[in-house]
Amino acid sequence: MPIIEVENLTKVFGRHPKQAIELLDQGKSKEEILQETGQTVGVNRASFSVEEGEIFVIMGLSGSGKSTLVRLLNRIIEPTQGNIYVNGENLSEMDKKALREVRRKKMSMVFQKFALFPNRTILENAEFGLEIQKVPKEERQEKATKALELVGLGSYLEQKPEQLSGGMQQRVGLARALANDPEVLLMDEAFSALDPLIRKDMQDELIDLQSTMQKTIIFITHDLNEALKMGDRIALMRDGSIVQIGTPEEILVNPANDYVEKFVEDVDRSKVLTAEHIMKRPETINIEKHGPRVALERMSKEGISSILVVDSKRILQGYVTADDASQAIKDDIKDLQEILRTDIPKAMKDTPMNEIFDIINGSPIPVAVVENDRLVGIIVRGAVIAALAGNSGVNE
Amino acid sequence: MMLDFIPEIPISDWTTDFTKWVTDKFAFLFDFIKDNFGSLMEFLTAQLMVIPPIIFILIIAVLAFFLSGKKFGLAAFSIVGLWLIYNQGLWEHLMNTLVLVLIASALSVIIGIPVGILMAKSKIAETIITPILDFMQTMPAFVYLIPAVAFFGIGMVPGVFASLIFASPPTVRFTNLGIRQVSKELVEASDAFGSTGAQKLFKVELPMAKATISAGINQTVMLALSMVVTASMIGAPGLGREVLSALQRAQVGPGFVAGIGIVILAIIIDRLTQSSSKKENM
Repeated sequence: MPIIEVENLTKVFGRHPKQAIELLDQGKSKEEILQETGQTVGVNRASFSVEEGEIFVIMGLSGSGKSTLVRLLNRIIEPTQGNIYVNGENLSEMDKKALREVRRKKMSMVFQKFALFPNRTILENAEFGLEIQKVPKEERQEKATKALELVGLGSYLEQKPEQLSGGMQQRVGLARALANDPEVLLMDEAFSALDPLIRKDMQDELIDLQSTMQKTIIFITHDLNEALKMGDRIALMRDGSIVQIGTPEEILVNPANDYVEKFVEDVDRSKVLTAEHIMKRPETINIEKHGPRVALERMSKEGISSILVVDSKRILQGYVTADDASQAIKDDIKDLQEILRTDIPKAMKDTPMNEIFDIINGSPIPVAVVENDRLVGIIVRGAVIAALAGNSGVNE
Repeated sequence: MMLDFIPEIPISDWTTDFTKWVTDKFAFLFDFIKDNFGSLMEFLTAQLMVIPPIIFILIIAVLAFFLSGKKFGLAAFSIVGLWLIYNQGLWEHLMNTLVLVLIASALSVIIGIPVGILMAKSKIAETIITPILDFMQTMPAFVYLIPAVAFFGIGMVPGVFASLIFASPPTVRFTNLGIRQVSKELVEASDAFGSTGAQKLFKVELPMAKATISAGINQTVMLALSMVVTASMIGAPGLGREVLSALQRAQVGPGFVAGIGIVILAIIIDRLTQSSSKKENM
């Protein structure tokens, strides 16, 4: 069962939201509604569900409604319509008291600009959530200290936030959220205000933490690279609507529409595509059946200068070059074994593109893609470059 | 003439009648306040008078030293200034003025901060209270003296009443402003962690607004002090009364001396309240 289920969640900013909702139901766009009624549609009938332990990324450009959407989830912004189920309980129908309990125990939030309390020490900041729950001082200090140690700030307890760098401040923000031991973390552009290097560190660290914590994380970002790196699944937003939900791969490989495709164009593909996406079916010869003559014939037919050699079980043996093969024919050598070369670069199906790029750069021959020693594909230099350039020859 | 179509509206009569009605109707309340409050203030003044001036001056100097971050400037000024007032034979007047200012300021703060919070929390309250504050601050202060006398007779209590009306707006306004200025993200953070309204107010909003509120209180104290002379017209004792009587008799010298006394007191109080608010802000 999903931990969070969102149904038809809508937020209209303005005085007469009902009017706007009627127009939405008639299929009018955000722009038309703004012109006709002056109401702004923040989030338009968003529906999705988030599984336990998943990092669910909501991504979109500024103004796409992603920050509004995350605030609807804990009702810091009141939804105009729609339901939010947390563990099957309908959050949108809760009274204030029950809602407070959910915010205290189940969902914590991390903010883009950290939102630390400047008058409190780091420890007091991390304690805040527990203090609100009236947890006795000793217990909450202990838990907050643990949370701070978890994010590597165990020795900064008595500092004030302004004494810390941006990256460290956001760690405090994360520790403050973790101290409550919530089931769900809402992270609103949590790393967007950090400079790129720190940002990368924080992403890696969160992924590390997540592997031990197994929290459910709803992660908001405007950066597709970040989304692809962090997300188990990604929801893409535009003009308040969710346009596509899918795994990073699905979004890259099958963009749902032009908008998504345009997004995807900018992405650093080398981080997301793997060997599997760009490999081709290889030309091979069978070491048990064929000799140098067949090898040379195949090569000249395909216009290649080397060919991979496998056995009958398609276990990769090595490769032969055209030069070696023609020399062997002259010398009347029948056995491929004698001219077989084995210094072949290999990659796995899930080797990322940027690594393949490094491998292929130092090698005159194509990269073989193997799975349990069996040859499954081949990657030529041209395919790598084409994929990096954006028009990947995927699954030709 | 068109303008004369409507006969003169008897606003003045209405106000007089209303004040009279309030005075009669709430006489018991006013008498109660006057009696108890008056004796409280007399008691306070008497207590201050018991402290030997030299001790009093030293206490203020030490306070000034520590509040201004261990600097000698304000402490030295306090010693010389207060000694000068003593030297000019104005010590009792100084104590009277001090009590008047402190009580008026304290009441302004006690009433002003909650009203400011109400304004910050409610758009409706803000819309209603803002013009009232404008009215309180722009209406010439002398005008308050008239109902003050009607309610409380003459003396210190009506002085405090008039000062309260005149001096409380800055505290109200700055409290409102301070709370509204708390960054949206911090308010969201406190909501997101499940704060109740009261927790949000006391753990986040008021601490964050403290510096602004302190600035408002400083203004309030200064305005209360500026009412000292005006309030002396209805018999409030203190340095103001010396100024007033010098004015009535056209005596430049005594007027100047009492005026200097007020200035010295103003500088000391201003610097003390300012430096304490700065310190809290650090």
